Amino acid sequence: MSVDTATVARIASLARIKVSESELEAMVPELNGILAWVEQLGEVDVTGVEPMTAVIPNTLRLRDDVINADPLTGGDVRDAVLANAPAAEHGFFGVPKVIE
Amino acid sequence: MSEYRIQGMTGEWEVVVGLEVHAQVTSNSKLFSGAATAFGAEPNTQVSLVDAAMPGMLPVPNRECIRQAVRTGLAINAQINKWSRFDRKNYFYADLPQGYQISQLYHPLVGEGEIEISLDDKNPEADVKRIGIERIHVEQDAGKLMHDQHPTMSYVDLNRSGVALMEIVSRPDIRSPAEAGAYLAKLRTILRYVGSCDGNMDQGSMRADVNVSVRRPGEPFGTRTETKNVNSVRFVMAVVESEARRQIDLIEDGGTVVQETRLYDPDKNETRSMRSKEDAHDYRYFPDPDLLPLVLDDAFIEECRASLPELPDAKRHRYENALGLAPYAAGVLTADVETARWFEALLAAAAAKAGKPEAELAKQASNWLISELFGALNKLGKGLADSPVTAEGGAELLALIADGTISGSIAKQVLEKMLETGDGAAAIVEREGLKQTSDTGAIEAAIDKVLADNAAKVEEYKGGKEALFGFFVGQTMKAMQGKSNPQVVNELLRKKLG
Amino acid sequence: MTNLTDLTVAAIRDGVAAGTFSAVEVAEAFNARVAAAQALNAFIVTTPEAALDAARKVDADRAAGNALGKLAGVPIGMKDLFATKGVQTTAASHMLEGFTPQYESTVSQKLWDAGAGMLGKLNLDQFAMGSSNETSYFGNVISPWRRNDGSTAAMAPGGSSGGSSAAIAARLCPAATGTDTGGSIRQPAAFTGISGIKPTYGRCSRWGIVAFASSLDQAGPMARDVRDCAIMLEAMAGFDPKDSTSLDMAVPNWEASLNADMKGKKVGIPREYRVDGLDADVAKSWDDGIAWLKDAGAEIVEISLPHTKYALPAYYIIAPAEASSNLARYDGVRYGLRDLPDGANLQEMYAATRAAGFGAEVKRRILIGTYVLSAGFYDAYYTQAQKVRALIARDFELAFQHCDVILAPTAPTAAFGLGEKTADPLAMYLNDVFAVPASLAGLPAMSVPAGLNREGLPLGLQIVGRPFDEQGVLNAGLAIEARAQFSAKPEQWW
Repeated sequence: MSVDTATVARIASLARIKVSESELEAMVPELNGILAWVEQLGEVDVTGVEPMTAVIPNTLRLRDDVINADPLTGGDVRDAVLANAPAAEHGFFGVPKVIE
Repeated sequence: MSEYRIQGMTGEWEVVVGLEVHAQVTSNSKLFSGAATAFGAEPNTQVSLVDAAMPGMLPVPNRECIRQAVRTGLAINAQINKWSRFDRKNYFYADLPQGYQISQLYHPLVGEGEIEISLDDKNPEADVKRIGIERIHVEQDAGKLMHDQHPTMSYVDLNRSGVALMEIVSRPDIRSPAEAGAYLAKLRTILRYVGSCDGNMDQGSMRADVNVSVRRPGEPFGTRTETKNVNSVRFVMAVVESEARRQIDLIEDGGTVVQETRLYDPDKNETRSMRSKEDAHDYRYFPDPDLLPLVLDDAFIEECRASLPELPDAKRHRYENALGLAPYAAGVLTADVETARWFEALLAAAAAKAGKPEAELAKQASNWLISELFGALNKLGKGLADSPVTAEGGAELLALIADGTISGSIAKQVLEKMLETGDGAAAIVEREGLKQTSDTGAIEAAIDKVLADNAAKVEEYKGGKEALFGFFVGQTMKAMQGKSNPQVVNELLRKKLG
Repeated sequence: MTNLTDLTVAAIRDGVAAGTFSAVEVAEAFNARVAAAQALNAFIVTTPEAALDAARKVDADRAAGNALGKLAGVPIGMKDLFATKGVQTTAASHMLEGFTPQYESTVSQKLWDAGAGMLGKLNLDQFAMGSSNETSYFGNVISPWRRNDGSTAAMAPGGSSGGSSAAIAARLCPAATGTDTGGSIRQPAAFTGISGIKPTYGRCSRWGIVAFASSLDQAGPMARDVRDCAIMLEAMAGFDPKDSTSLDMAVPNWEASLNADMKGKKVGIPREYRVDGLDADVAKSWDDGIAWLKDAGAEIVEISLPHTKYALPAYYIIAPAEASSNLARYDGVRYGLRDLPDGANLQEMYAATRAAGFGAEVKRRILIGTYVLSAGFYDAYYTQAQKVRALIARDFELAFQHCDVILAPTAPTAAFGLGEKTADPLAMYLNDVFAVPASLAGLPAMSVPAGLNREGLPLGLQIVGRPFDEQGVLNAGLAIEARAQFSAKPEQWW
């Protein structure tokens, strides 16, 4: 499978990365080179093989339902949450107006 | 069930509906972080660094959320998947800090189940239909955008971001607005019984995406639209009705239905197309690499099963079979878990006071609750939850009726006073002197006066017009201001009238 | 007096504990050396005060007779992928320029708790994507090493932990943190003549480390020798309930159990790593390694890892796929860069912000990752890659039925010059051909210096162990270290 300019433009739009026409032109052969190379995986016989789900065989731990049990992963930290915001007003994050 | 058909210009149509209900899981903290979930907090105060998707933050799942979803699954007789997994659903929006929602696509926690609905209000045992549930999965809620606080900006509040939701997906088994409404109402009933969701639709705890298509009866499914975030039973019914009508008109005009996302406008009672998102459907789901497979053991599932309360259908059957209630009454009393709890508390207290088995008092308690208390509360604009009369207080009143202290009609007055003052029934009866009398002397005197004043009627009665007996009872009760024991009145009257 | 900046972690720790020198003296010496090495561009920010504050506390504790931590008085470098509270954390990207975390990563916190101090935040490939440290928004890191032909050509320190490797090799710090997604600890260690270990996936918490590819990312130490790696790793590792993939296992006393005697141990030599056209010097150093381990008492066995060839292509599907999703959070809403062109709406702001904030290699990987996950391609690429990954892990599992550790080169070549491979992304990716298989299988793996090639540049040997057997890996590394007697160091030109 190889990609053309339109496909790369669509992918860039899905990934929300603005690309210029010239960038797009340059990306097409690069991505095609990489994709052609990874496609050798198709040679591998994977009959009966399950995709890996955990690198080190392990299952999910569940935590207790306690509010702010660990301050590092709890709430009531609005100042820390907003500290780096490009636009924070009245306790909110500000973004360009969204029309729904 | 009777078949619901919509008459178009070119013939009859059938509507096909499936519901995806998002129900907020009742838990103290969020699905993957320790921030609180309470409704109505100051903006961004219930947000952890994890919920704000700060660099390097990681999700750790909340056991209670998993437990509640499993309990819900068990309540609808669904298959519980012991091996499930979380996937990422990737899209960009300001209310989605991670740039993906952690959800379950490929391996949901709960598989197929079903819910029984009835369209017959008078008899929930009749007109029964089973609606299939395809799956229940657990996922994160998004934050909230506010558009009206600033001229050029929208404001983002992440308090809801990361709160656990169950998405309950029905099969396209629903065939009318009424069925859609009944399904949602029944689902809400079950969730509230289980305690896995508070069902507060006005706070957004439960909302439905309504999938609607139309077809000629017997033909394959048509193209469906999805109307998002419908937040009441009434609106769901309205969406089904108006969207079906729109699709039929469109098709009959030679158009075709486009698969799209729509919004419901309650003011206009119509749906409209949402902002078009041409690539919004490529969500690039893949297993969340920050999380491992979720593996449940039998002990966990059995603990969930053991913790389930008696569910609405079972309770209704018990009310009918063991308590002898009519199907209608059993249906009303079990439609909401709080009503059932109230009724059971009332019945238990009444039985304890009377020293009689519950089954003997059930009908009286049920009648009083449904015809007296509901009506009185309704007038006050209140419900059981904020009723000034407690179940214990109600039982006290019932006991006074049962032991002949007051009559049924006096009981109405006493209830009004109870609601007004918050005082107990006995205290009110005592204070107001409402105790009915069984003093035969006083009653006899009253009867003698009634009979003397109505000599002509006495003659008619003796001549065979026995229906007049009720008249004499009424006159006597009136003379006694309702405070005489009707049974004693009856007996004495019969004696005197020969 | 000893040159303090020539000392190892163990020597500094012991010297501070014994009172031979103070922690503040050590911090001052390294601060000065860091300040004088700006030409290497190893640090994005330096934090001399943080190093001194930690040192003062250690000195005060010692004076008060308090117990000292495992790393008391040791100043280290922190890869700028670890969130450090109050200190800018960038992942070497314009996207996070000026981002000041309000939290400390689990691993860095453990290091500070053990008494280490921070000299600064080390440069790296942007979002840890790269093998030469040429993708950093804050400029290339220059390796302290040069070819022995008198050339002044700037050499790559390896990547992505290139700031870490360069700083240690240049004696700017005795040890540093690294992260390894597909070789990012081992390859730069090999390029700069130092040691580095990637532990078993899950040993070190990922909480607070800017994510690249979650199923592969693993933190580990880089230092000048095996013992220092063991000391550092003991401080960094440990169960963290905040990371669902963290291993709930006790941290062994790796340093105390170091043992270079390989008697009774079997060392596997993977046949598939003898690729056609393998660099002659690399092949020779591998043979040296085999001889050294034999000398240490090990039995050498040939093993087969049949799916080796497919590791790199699988990696270049899985890692970009995860990255494309992990990096979606950089959207200009809550932190980091926001590029809001006049009149732009929300989605346009995203696209402009991400175009301006991410470098070319990051964009390339996000696009590949987005593509392989997109509708219609997911199974052919992603699912297939995860199946191949399962086969690669099974290869190792089978091989470890016949051997205790595996010995291979760390990288197919020694360091290359900056700019030599930037035109061809694929050629750059091939650098990690020997490192990636162990990453895909989550196995502990380390690189130790083996010698110099004919150009005078360091070569590394890689040891891969069974899951949780960091000790076996460290011990084999120690056996090689003892025999390689690697003492070369870059001549100071900066």
